[in-house]
Amino acid sequence: MPLNDEVELLRRVPLFADISPAKLKLLAFTSDIVSFGAGRILFNQGDQGDAAYVLLSGSAEVLIGEPSVQFRVDTIETNAIVGEISILCDVTRTATIKTLEPVTALRIRKEHFLKLMVEFPEMGIQIVRVLAERLSHTTAALAAARSELSKAGRQ
Amino acid sequence: MYTYFLSFDLPKLIVNGPIQGEGFAAPGATQTYMKLAFDLPFWGPVSLFPGLQLDRFSALVYLSLIFLLLVIINGAFKLYINTYKGRLGERMLRRIRFELVDRVLRFPPHQFKRVKPAELATMVKDEVEPLGGFIGDAFVQPALLGGQAATALIFILVQNLWLGMIAVGIVALQLFIIPKMRKRLLVLGRQRQLTARELAGRISEISEGIANIHSHDTSNFERADIAARLGRIFKIRYDLYQWKFLVKFINNFLVQVTPFLFYLVGGYQVIKGTLDVGQLVAVIAAYKDLPSPLKDLIDWDQARQDVNIKYTQVFEQFDVDNMIDPRIQAVDSSDIAALQFPLAAVNLSVTDESGVKLLNRTSLEIMPGETVAIVGTTGGGGEALTSALARLVRPDGGKVVIGPHDVFELPEAVTGRRMSYAASDTYFFHGTLRDNLLYGLKHAPLKPLTYEGTALAQHKWRIGESRKSGNPDFDVDADWIDYAAAGTAGPADLPAVILALLDAVQITKDILELGLRARTSAASYPNIASRIVTVRQAFRKRLQEENLEDAVVPFQAGAYNPEATVSENFLFGAATGPVLSNLDLAKSPYFRSVLEKTGLTDDFYRMGLAIAGNVVDLFRDLPPDHIFFQNLTFMTPEEIPEYQALLQRTQGRSASSVSAADCSKIISLTFSYVEPRHRFGILDEAVMARIVELRRQLLLNLPDSLKGNIETYDPERYNTAAPLMDNILMGRIAYRYADEADNIRGIVHEFLNEQGLWEDVIDIGLSFNVGVGGRRLTEAQRQKINLVRSLLKRADYLILNRPLSALDQQTQRAIAVNLLELRKQTNYHPAVVAVVSTPALSSLFDRVIVFDRGAPVASGAFDELSASNDIFKRLLS
Repeated sequence: MPLNDEVELLRRVPLFADISPAKLKLLAFTSDIVSFGAGRILFNQGDQGDAAYVLLSGSAEVLIGEPSVQFRVDTIETNAIVGEISILCDVTRTATIKTLEPVTALRIRKEHFLKLMVEFPEMGIQIVRVLAERLSHTTAALAAARSELSKAGRQ
Repeated sequence: MYTYFLSFDLPKLIVNGPIQGEGFAAPGATQTYMKLAFDLPFWGPVSLFPGLQLDRFSALVYLSLIFLLLVIINGAFKLYINTYKGRLGERMLRRIRFELVDRVLRFPPHQFKRVKPAELATMVKDEVEPLGGFIGDAFVQPALLGGQAATALIFILVQNLWLGMIAVGIVALQLFIIPKMRKRLLVLGRQRQLTARELAGRISEISEGIANIHSHDTSNFERADIAARLGRIFKIRYDLYQWKFLVKFINNFLVQVTPFLFYLVGGYQVIKGTLDVGQLVAVIAAYKDLPSPLKDLIDWDQARQDVNIKYTQVFEQFDVDNMIDPRIQAVDSSDIAALQFPLAAVNLSVTDESGVKLLNRTSLEIMPGETVAIVGTTGGGGEALTSALARLVRPDGGKVVIGPHDVFELPEAVTGRRMSYAASDTYFFHGTLRDNLLYGLKHAPLKPLTYEGTALAQHKWRIGESRKSGNPDFDVDADWIDYAAAGTAGPADLPAVILALLDAVQITKDILELGLRARTSAASYPNIASRIVTVRQAFRKRLQEENLEDAVVPFQAGAYNPEATVSENFLFGAATGPVLSNLDLAKSPYFRSVLEKTGLTDDFYRMGLAIAGNVVDLFRDLPPDHIFFQNLTFMTPEEIPEYQALLQRTQGRSASSVSAADCSKIISLTFSYVEPRHRFGILDEAVMARIVELRRQLLLNLPDSLKGNIETYDPERYNTAAPLMDNILMGRIAYRYADEADNIRGIVHEFLNEQGLWEDVIDIGLSFNVGVGGRRLTEAQRQKINLVRSLLKRADYLILNRPLSALDQQTQRAIAVNLLELRKQTNYHPAVVAVVSTPALSSLFDRVIVFDRGAPVASGAFDELSASNDIFKRLLS
């Protein structure tokens, strides 16, 4: 896929909405386009994180737990970013990402990602937004789970 | 000396006799030569040879030939003496050097805290060199030169007393003044030696401390220090020169002034008739020979004093108290019986250099086969204890004993084989990993190497020379490896033992990777090289099973590999020699002619321009230190403006109309282009096909300058210039599958095991050169290998001092468990004393000893101590 086509794809990603096409082209050039077949692992929970991925096509599931007892907590669709937590907070991967169908993704190296955040505050805000949405989502899920649990406890 | 005297006398005979015609007054007159007759007392005249009657011309020829003969005899005599004294000197040098290194090997350990290694090296290498050279001259030179000078003087004296007196007077003056003046030279010489030695020490400090120099920005301080030292050395050397030439001047003046007196006084006497011309000529000729032995004699005396000073200087450094007794290090090729006694410290005290007590009157006992963990606060004393147990520091009080023996009195043949020590600081000798692993097994030359034919003669000569120089005659090429000590029958069983230990310390994968990255000649591993074709096919099948067949794009003779660079595609091989830079290749006339022939010049030019345009567009506005530049392969940030100008210069012009330099530069840009990586969309199928054609054409008649540099990829053949990994893949991992690289590596590992190639690749990995001090390995790798090295010799007592401190706790624990498991499985059950990095690890040991402030405060099983002992509880939490 030539760079210019990639730029078109990247412009559709909400995270990069405010970045100029020239800069997107640079981002695309310095990052790798990687492909995964269906059912392959982007990364495993507990790995050291060295990159974030932006899904350009395909979808994947987010799994948590030991390989023997994994359960799905979420799915991610095209144009979503994944893997940013571990490079932002310098922790190991918090979940395993497994593709549901063939995936093409932009792999942004850790140091490039951090640099982008500094150079494009708009992108930083977008990241905060993504994280906040995820947090509210998780909080809601947690609240639901708690009430389920207490119901179960009362019975 | 007699012949030397004759060679002075002959010129006189020649000049006076045949040339001037003395005694040949009448034509046809003859003279008697070579008459051998004595007038013995009580016997009367005895004639042995009546002599030859020679006329004037024959006499000239005869006397001249005699002169030639004397020259030859003198020369041959000198040659003989010089050869012999050279040999004597070289043997002596060898002896001195060996003696010095032998002393270094016997230095007490604390001595190494005081001397700089580089200074020792300079002393052994450079400073004693003049000693060896001088030894040969020490006696021969004064005898020879003194003899020569005395002969010349006596000759002059015999010819003419006055002239003789002049010569003697001047010589006496020379002998008196010159050595006096040279005293200062000696003082300067000593300073020069010391400053040069210090300089060597400083240079090695710089190289060892380079990381600190960089991290503290002190390179300029170092520069200043070195400059100051060089300044001092310069001053000393310059002074030395000035004095040397002053002395030379005076010496030369004295030498030159004598002939002046000879001409004057001798000439006066010839005129008066008290001296004949032949005599004067002979005197002057004899005097000509006098200064050089005399000067040499004076030089000799200076060299003697110089060498004397050097010797004292070196001697001081190597004359150390508490040297290890040579008997302790005596070579012993017998089997050393296992130590059946407990290892015990009795009232042991250890003090550091500054007098702080590290260990205070400690007594404890370790039973054979027992595993003991030592836990303590930093400076608690555990490290001092293990260092003393391992004989690395001498105790100040008390003893370390094994049964009835004091450990410090046991020969190293016992302690070095039956005891083993590994600490967190490791040392590796320059050589392969294998050399370093087996280092602990090389105690004595066990199996001599057999020599035949000329090699045998050479070997005998080497041994003879060694003995004559007082060096030991052990053969370094013999097999020193003690296979029995490693619990194996011979070389064939060793790899399995090593592999088990490597597995236990979890370093096998690393070594496998080293093997995969190595380039090996096909001959040394026929198992891999001859099967490479089937191996490659099997590997491709394996990738298919894993659904990864697209991840590796193979190199194929008639196809373009889009995952490789353009230049990899047309050169189509691995570089064996120095690689041509892209620009050099683009300029090469052969390459350009083939490029032209395949019609690619315009394509490459167009692609180069597109690359330059894209890169300049992308990166133009970035500051040169921007992180994105890390991924730019085509140019450096500094070159961007240069290419900007180039683009403007060539705008709208074709390849043929721009300058040759610009054209080469643009063409060279295409060489590192990979479409899937850079994605400028400039490489289409048609161009790829023509690049494959270019490959074919290039190979047709490759010039010699390139021929030796490239080994072409051939799916049917092992490529010795490419790493083993590339040989198995025979292709490139696609950029799209960059994330699968680790996966593929894992598959390769499994695959090697399935194919039965694992051991071979490990063997290749063990041939990895570890570099100076093992610096090509990581700290963790060094510690692991160091531990394996100390385990391999199966000592009875294994003393460990945080041997794996560079590893994380989990790995340390896992390795400890592995090793203890291995200990259970084999019949080898050593006693282990280990200072553990984390107290939790001590749960794996039979017994725990807790150290606090230089003394053991508790000893017992882990469970017991963790319940009752406060200090241990605190350490555990």
